[in-house]
Amino acid sequence: MIQVKNLTKNYGSHVAVDDISFSIAEGEIIGFLGPNGAGKSTTMNMLTGYLSATAGEIVIDGHDVLNEPNEAKASIGYLPELPPLYMDMTVREYLNFMYDLKKCKLPRAKHIAEICRIVKIEGVYERLIKNLSKGYRQRVGIAQALIGNPPVLILDEPTVGLDPMQIIEIRTLIKTLGRHHTVILSSHILPEVEAVCDRLIIINHGQIVADATPKQLSEEYSASRHLTVRVAGGEQAVVELVSKVPGVKKVSVLGEKEPGSVDLLIEQADDADVRAELFARLAARNWPILSLRSSERTLEEIFMSLIHQPTTKKNGGVSV
Amino acid sequence: MIAVFKREFKALFTSPIAYFVWALLFFFAGLYFYSYNILGGQTDLSGVFGILHTISLLLVVPILTMRLFSEERRNRTDQALFTAPVSLTGVVLGKFFAAFLVFALGVAIIFVLAVVIAMFGATPAWASIIGNYVGILLLSGNLIAAGLFFSTLTESQFISALLTFAFSFVLLLFDSLASLFSEVAWLKTAIEFLSVNTRYQEFAAGAISYGNVIFFLSMQALFLFLSVRVLDSRKWQ
Repeated sequence: MIQVKNLTKNYGSHVAVDDISFSIAEGEIIGFLGPNGAGKSTTMNMLTGYLSATAGEIVIDGHDVLNEPNEAKASIGYLPELPPLYMDMTVREYLNFMYDLKKCKLPRAKHIAEICRIVKIEGVYERLIKNLSKGYRQRVGIAQALIGNPPVLILDEPTVGLDPMQIIEIRTLIKTLGRHHTVILSSHILPEVEAVCDRLIIINHGQIVADATPKQLSEEYSASRHLTVRVAGGEQAVVELVSKVPGVKKVSVLGEKEPGSVDLLIEQADDADVRAELFARLAARNWPILSLRSSERTLEEIFMSLIHQPTTKKNGGVSV
Repeated sequence: MIAVFKREFKALFTSPIAYFVWALLFFFAGLYFYSYNILGGQTDLSGVFGILHTISLLLVVPILTMRLFSEERRNRTDQALFTAPVSLTGVVLGKFFAAFLVFALGVAIIFVLAVVIAMFGATPAWASIIGNYVGILLLSGNLIAAGLFFSTLTESQFISALLTFAFSFVLLLFDSLASLFSEVAWLKTAIEFLSVNTRYQEFAAGAISYGNVIFFLSMQALFLFLSVRVLDSRKWQ
């Protein structure tokens, strides 16, 4: 559905997007993830034809964005970071305007009514956009993207600035939309994309640092076997004891998270299970274990480590 | 293009701009009609058109065009326009015709003044009136295109209006510039060629020449073309 090849965008000497390539199959929901300023919005603006690429190629639904801009644009519904709403119009006027602007051929009244039902804005249909709350404005923005029933939806931070209730609603909405559309959604909040997306593309400093499903990512990056343990006892003595347990490769101190205790990150040898021995030895010294868990790194931690690692690899980074 | 035209035309009336523009036109036309034609007892409307010409240049057009693209850019609504399957030329023309229609309707209503004179049994100078109408529509069309161009350059409506005002002001001063450079023959010829005043005066006298019509239309086309280029170039920055 979407093919991106060697896409680059320079703003003067600043490289905002640096030679990225990816492709997205029909019906996928893709999470475009990265810290602020990573190049997410720039990439999305290039996909939608709002910005032109410095180099590279974008093909949407078989149409090259550069050579057949109108066909490519007609295949995309776009919700930019700031929904492009005219404050002086009512929701009805605005959606009808977007319908005309997109040269939509579907039956007008029925199509617009259906979209309003999907995004739940029937109640504010006759109100001025100026007077709507942020949540409703965001919905009107999504409604606008849905006009013409485009096969591809590109949503730039669709839940930013919404309250938790609204965030859940918008997420559910995006999941529903994913049944009939190919969706790209950007975010700098990981749980959001984790909950909604089939695949994550993590971008940092204009480069793709990972492109994988959430499951693949957590498997790949939490493969090394770690334990996090909280022990009530003096730091130095506990560390000394724990590092002598057979099978422990490395112990690092995570600090005092509860008064009078210490948190340790224990790295185990490949085939060892140190838990029973650890318990026995600590119990013998009367240093109770307050908590013990195998630390499968959360996607959050993986994400943080990915975007903090220096991006030296030129093309693509990690691909799992 | 039609969608943009319709929205823009309506937006000019949901904001105070269209009303303000009309109020300016009617106020000055009425004032000069009263003092020249009613108090002065003349049937000649050239006083009315004279002031319309000046305030259109200096006040009406800058106000009318200041928000055309500046506001879109400031509110990021341009992202909807430029990611829709519409050509830039369509967007530019839609906006241009909307602003032009608001202006044209305003001056069309002023035609009442000619009817008033005709009702009192006097024959208005129709040739001059028609010439003035053609002239003022062509000239303001030209300026609206220029104003639209200036509004593509900045996010600030104020700066956009100021640029249009400065441009109009220079146009008004053109004739005196020509006399200033009277010894440099080629410069004088160039300035005289570009002088919209001289051309306008020919219309006002009732002479509609192809040369002048083509001059104004091509200046409009030039500014609209430049607007499209500016908007397109922004994609590449």
